[in-house]
Amino acid sequence: MEQKKETLLEIHNLSVSFRMYDHGLKQQDLQVISDLYLTVHPGEIVAVAGSSGSGKSLLASAILGILPGNATVRGHLHYQGQELTPERQKALRGKEIALVPQSVAYLDPLMKVGAQADGHERPRPTKKRRQLFQRFGLPEETARRYPFQLSGGMARRVLVSTALLTEAKLVIADEPTPGMGLAQALEALRMFREMADEGRAVILITHDIDLAFEFADRVAVFYGGTTVETAPASDFKEGPSALRHPYSKALWSALPQNGFHPIPGFQPYAGSLPRGCLFAPRCPDKTPQCMTDVPPVREVRGGEVRCYYGS
Amino acid sequence: MKGTLGRLARIFLTYSVKMITVLLAVSALSFALVSQSPVDPVQQYILGFGTAISPAQRAQIEDYWGVNKPPVERYLHWLSELLQGNLGESLLYRRPVADIIGERFLNSLGLMLCAWILAGVIGFTLGCVMGMYRDHWPDKLLRRMCYSLSSIPTFWLGLMFLLMFAVWLRWFPIGFSSPVGLLDEEVTIGQKLYHLILPAFTLSLASFANIALHTRQKLADVLNSEYVLFARARGEGQWTILRRHGLRNILLPAITLQFASFAELFGGSVLAENVFSYPGLGSAVSAAGLNSDVPLLLGVTLFSTLFVCVGNMTANLLYGIIDPQIREVGA
Repeated sequence: MEQKKETLLEIHNLSVSFRMYDHGLKQQDLQVISDLYLTVHPGEIVAVAGSSGSGKSLLASAILGILPGNATVRGHLHYQGQELTPERQKALRGKEIALVPQSVAYLDPLMKVGAQADGHERPRPTKKRRQLFQRFGLPEETARRYPFQLSGGMARRVLVSTALLTEAKLVIADEPTPGMGLAQALEALRMFREMADEGRAVILITHDIDLAFEFADRVAVFYGGTTVETAPASDFKEGPSALRHPYSKALWSALPQNGFHPIPGFQPYAGSLPRGCLFAPRCPDKTPQCMTDVPPVREVRGGEVRCYYGS
Repeated sequence: MKGTLGRLARIFLTYSVKMITVLLAVSALSFALVSQSPVDPVQQYILGFGTAISPAQRAQIEDYWGVNKPPVERYLHWLSELLQGNLGESLLYRRPVADIIGERFLNSLGLMLCAWILAGVIGFTLGCVMGMYRDHWPDKLLRRMCYSLSSIPTFWLGLMFLLMFAVWLRWFPIGFSSPVGLLDEEVTIGQKLYHLILPAFTLSLASFANIALHTRQKLADVLNSEYVLFARARGEGQWTILRRHGLRNILLPAITLQFASFAELFGGSVLAENVFSYPGLGSAVSAAGLNSDVPLLLGVTLFSTLFVCVGNMTANLLYGIIDPQIREVGA
């Protein structure tokens, strides 16, 4: 109980599956997130890294309770120590939990940007929005423009400002930086850092792993819809020897500045997940046990790892 | 704003050129069809006299009318008269075609306008309801109703309404645009409207299902969009989403559809006016067709082409005014 109080968001054994029609009327449940865990404390930035299709964006929808109707969610979501029920999600989203979506497609094409950033809540935070736009280097007339008139980078800055306008204690940023110039990306991340330092928490879903390591406190690595490792960001800066899971090590080595070494194979598809450890088919150190049983999450050196052998 | 006006003027000019081309093509085609048809205007004209005439007199009329000249020459002659505003004289009514069209069109205009507004309002509202409740029972029920309505022929529906509301229930008059036995000056607006309700309703039923189904589909697309997902993530409820994003994004296609429905409306009015003996353009066109009244038939054909073209052009002009993605880029 003690621990739950100081965590802002706690996710245990979260699974998300979609009901699909396979052939004709045969239904199939497609598991896209399996046994995922993630803990977020107030005042920290948790970066979520992983390749496309590892369930990063779906996690955001699951936390906010905006998954499509054919999705089934199992497992536990706790926010401020209390179960995050659909009713609570509905009450909290946009107020306590804010989303920064991926692209300009998340803006209404026929509504002026200023009105969209202000949102539907009254009174409108117009004054605060003007200051934010200014800080992001968005010219005054941006508010009167339509989304199609913005550049990719401008649109992202508008999207980031929608979250910053709320009093949210938890901000989920889904790929907020691509398309921005380096200076703008750094500005956005600095603002997330400031928010975190004020006691809020940020989940930073990202491909820009280097930037994430720089600004995040912890990094969670996703693979095939599950968390394989969470570790302090400093471990990722140190290198493979400080990391715990073979996939995290492989991900590190695959970065351009670390030699660009890929490993063979591909991430399993939803619908054809392996029985045991999801990474086992590609793992250089797998044992027969890895192929049959899903390894539990273990605490290792101040991080967590889902591997029998991680140390 | 100046840019918008300039652009609208350009669009207007382009469409006017297109419209004139279409009118020319329609006039040539319909003239060709009529001259190839077994309809003999001279015979119809003579029948109108009610007395027999000698072959010599007939030949004289043919000569006067230029019936035996080559078709192209006849067409050009007709066209030049047309351009001077002379649509000819109706063989059936023995009056200038332009007068008949003007008079009948005023009658039809009321009918079509009522039906058009009814269809638009009912169709859009039902479409929104279906879209909001998609795949739940209100949607399923209304969708079935729409499919049935769009498969039922207008004239049959009109007959059923006549039977139910005019014959059995006696709520509405059985036909015509005003009470029988009254002079034109004595008819009140109220009486005219009273005679209008049933035909207008019938006519609107022919096109509102189409509008409703299109609106439903468009709203469903909007509600599945990423910007609506984001709106939900920001805590907007479903009715707020409809008000803030839904209506805004489905209004444009709805307006286009509404103005593009002029063609259906005109087609439907031919049937509806016949069933309800309503003296509009629609019943004039069928009378002209059945009685081989060539000048009237050609006149109404050209007029209806113009009518439909104006509808389409209005839709395009409005689109340019309302849609910021077109308006702002052009400016």
